[in-house]
Amino acid sequence: MSRKMLYRHAIREGLDEELARDENVVIMGEEVAQYNGAYKVTEGLWEKWGCKRIVDTPISEAGFIGMGIGASMLGVRPVMELMFWSFHSVAFDQLVNNAACVRYMSGGLINVPIVVRGPANGGTNVGATHSHVPEGLFASFPGLKVCAPATPADAKGLIKAAIRDNDPVYVMENTLLYGTEGEVPDPADGDHIVPLGKAEVKREGSDLSLIAHGRSVIHCLAAAETLQEEHGINVEVLDLRSIRPLDQDAVLETVRKTNRAVLVDESKGFGGVSAMISHLIQELAFDHLDAPITRVTTIDAPAIYSPHVENDQLPNPKRIVEKVLRMA
Amino acid sequence: MSLAPDSQKLDFAGSPVNQKLSDEDKIELFRKMTRIRRLEQASLKMYNKGGIGGFCHLYIGQESVAVGTISLCGENDHIITAYRDHGHALAVGMSMNECMAELYGKASGCSKGKGGSMHFFAPDKNYWGGHGIVGGQTPLGLGLGYALKYNELEGCALCYLGDGAVNQGAVHESYNLAALFEIPVVFVIENNGYSMGTSQKRSSSFRGCLAQRAEGYDMDWDLVDGSDLYQIRAKSHIAMERARKESKPSILEIATYRYYGHSVADANAKKYRTPDEIENYKKNHDPIRLWERRLLEEGVLSEEKSKEIDDAAKDEAAASIEFAEQADPPSLEAIREDVYWETDHDTEASRIGRHFFTD
Repeated sequence: MSRKMLYRHAIREGLDEELARDENVVIMGEEVAQYNGAYKVTEGLWEKWGCKRIVDTPISEAGFIGMGIGASMLGVRPVMELMFWSFHSVAFDQLVNNAACVRYMSGGLINVPIVVRGPANGGTNVGATHSHVPEGLFASFPGLKVCAPATPADAKGLIKAAIRDNDPVYVMENTLLYGTEGEVPDPADGDHIVPLGKAEVKREGSDLSLIAHGRSVIHCLAAAETLQEEHGINVEVLDLRSIRPLDQDAVLETVRKTNRAVLVDESKGFGGVSAMISHLIQELAFDHLDAPITRVTTIDAPAIYSPHVENDQLPNPKRIVEKVLRMA
Repeated sequence: MSLAPDSQKLDFAGSPVNQKLSDEDKIELFRKMTRIRRLEQASLKMYNKGGIGGFCHLYIGQESVAVGTISLCGENDHIITAYRDHGHALAVGMSMNECMAELYGKASGCSKGKGGSMHFFAPDKNYWGGHGIVGGQTPLGLGLGYALKYNELEGCALCYLGDGAVNQGAVHESYNLAALFEIPVVFVIENNGYSMGTSQKRSSSFRGCLAQRAEGYDMDWDLVDGSDLYQIRAKSHIAMERARKESKPSILEIATYRYYGHSVADANAKKYRTPDEIENYKKNHDPIRLWERRLLEEGVLSEEKSKEIDDAAKDEAAASIEFAEQADPPSLEAIREDVYWETDHDTEASRIGRHFFTD
C-alpha cells in the first residue's frame, strides 16, 4: 500500500525513521528545531526527539557544518540542513576541503558519514544569491555524493539512503517541490530506500529521451504530455535522481532506445550536470544518436529577480516542448 | 610576545600536574622534544636535497607546545592541528618512519603518501590531522568535542591553530559555537609571532593578547610562556580539566617561536625579522635547552644522558630517511583508493551507479 504525501512530509518521515533506527543520527541546522524548520521539513521532530537529537544552530554555516564533519569522524551521523544550498559558499572550505578530502588525505583512515540537505533551486523570486543550483559543482569533487529527488517517494528513499551511507552525501531538494504530493510506500510494507546511483524511467516513450533531475523532471513529464497530445511525439523521461554516483547504464539504455536525447538541467550551460551527461552519451553511445544532443538549461545569467520573467529563465515545459520540436 | 621578565616568572614545577611527573616522565618529555627537533632537521636537510616535495612547515622552536600539551592527554582526549603538524605527530606517538615516508610520498607513509607534510593522521592515536587550510581545522576540532559530549565521554579536544589563523571566519564561528553549546574543546593558539611573513602587529587588531578575544565569546582564556614546559603543562591542565569536568571551552595562547621560515620554501624567512631576534630566541628561550638545563639542575638528567638521548634521536632520524628512501611509492591504482568508504569496502551501495569519471 502507499499513501499520498507531500514531498516535505516524505523527507520528514525519512528523517524520523532514521532517528529511530540509529541513535547517532542528529539533525542540525538553522531553525530546524524550535521553529520547526524554515520550510517545515523538520516540523514536530524537536518536540518528539528533544534537544540532543534536533539541534538549532546559529547562522554560522562554516562553523556548524565543520563541526558536524568533525563529529562524524568520531561516529556521530549529523544530517545538516542548509536553509538554502545557495549558502554553500560561506561553508565551501568545510564542504570541499574537509568533507570531500579528509578520507583521501588520511589514506583512508577516516570517513565522514554526514548528510547535508536543503533546497537548491531557482524560481522563487529571491534573486541570484538565493537561487544557486550547485549539484554539478559538488558532483565534480571526488569524495562527495550528490542526489536530487523529484518526487516525494524519491525524497524519502534517498534521504534514508544518504543517512545510511558512510560517505558525505549532499541532498539537493527544491522549495517548489516541498508542497507537491505523490504516492509514498507505506512503512508497514518495509523500509523504503532509493539507492544512490539508481535512475528511474518516469515515463516510457519511444521517440526521444528527456533526461533530467530534480524539478526539471516534473517539467519534462508535463512537456511529454503536451508533445504526445499536440504533436504525437512519444518521449521517454529519465529521472537521474542521483548525480554521483550516476546511473550511466540507464542513460545509455534510454538513448539506445530512442536515439535522441534532450537534457534538461536547471544548471547553467557551462559545466553543470547535463554537460557531463552529454559527454558520456557522445563517448559511449555515439553510434546510437540520430541527432546532436541538445539541452534546455537556465538562461546563462545570474538568477533574475523579476517574477515576470524568472520562469522563462529556467527550464520549463514550454521551453522543453520548443526544443524538442526544433529537433524533430 | 615577550612575557614577564625572568625575575617575575612564577615557577610552575610545584603545580599538582607537574609534581606527579616522575624522573623518567621528565626525561621522556625531553626525549620527545629532542626527537621532534632531530626529525625536523632531517626533514629540512632532505627537503633541500630534493627528496621531499611540496611544502614543509618545520616545528623547530615550538616543540614544547605539542609535547607539553599532549603529555596531558588521556584516552578520551583528541588532537587536531593545522599544517605545521610533524611535532604533534611524534608527540602522540607516531613513528619517525611513517612520518618521513609520508614526506617522501611513499606508500608506507602515515597517509599512504596521499597527504604529504601538511596532512599527517593517526586516528588510532586520537590524532585527526594535519590540515592545510589556515583555520579550516577549527570547526573540525569543535566537532571532536561535540562528539565527546554527545557520547557522554569525559574528555577534551585540543584544537591547535597558529596566530595567523585567528582572523579567519571559521575560527570565530568555532569560538562562538564552542561557548554557546558548551563544547569540551581547548583552542591552543601557537603564537610564533608571524603569519607567514606578516608580524602579529601587522595582521591582528586585538586588546591585550589574541586569546583575550575569548572574552567576547564569554570564554575563559590564558596566556602561556611556551619556553617553559612546566608552565605549559600547568596552565593547559586547567583548561583541559575545565573542558573535561565542566564541558567548557577555553582559549590558550602559547607564546613560542619558529627558527625557520613559514615553510622551507619561505624565501624571505630572514628578511621580515632580524637575525638578532632569531638568535635571542635560540640563546635565551629555546624550550629544549631550557628544559634540559632545568632537569640538569634538578639532578634528573646528566650531560651524558642528554647526549645519549640526542644521539639516539639523530640516529633514529637518519634511519627514517633510509627507511623512506627505500620504501615503495604508491601504485597508480592507489590513486583511486580511499576516495569513498563504500567503494573501498566494496559494499552493495558501491556497486550501484558510476562513482568515478576518468575517461
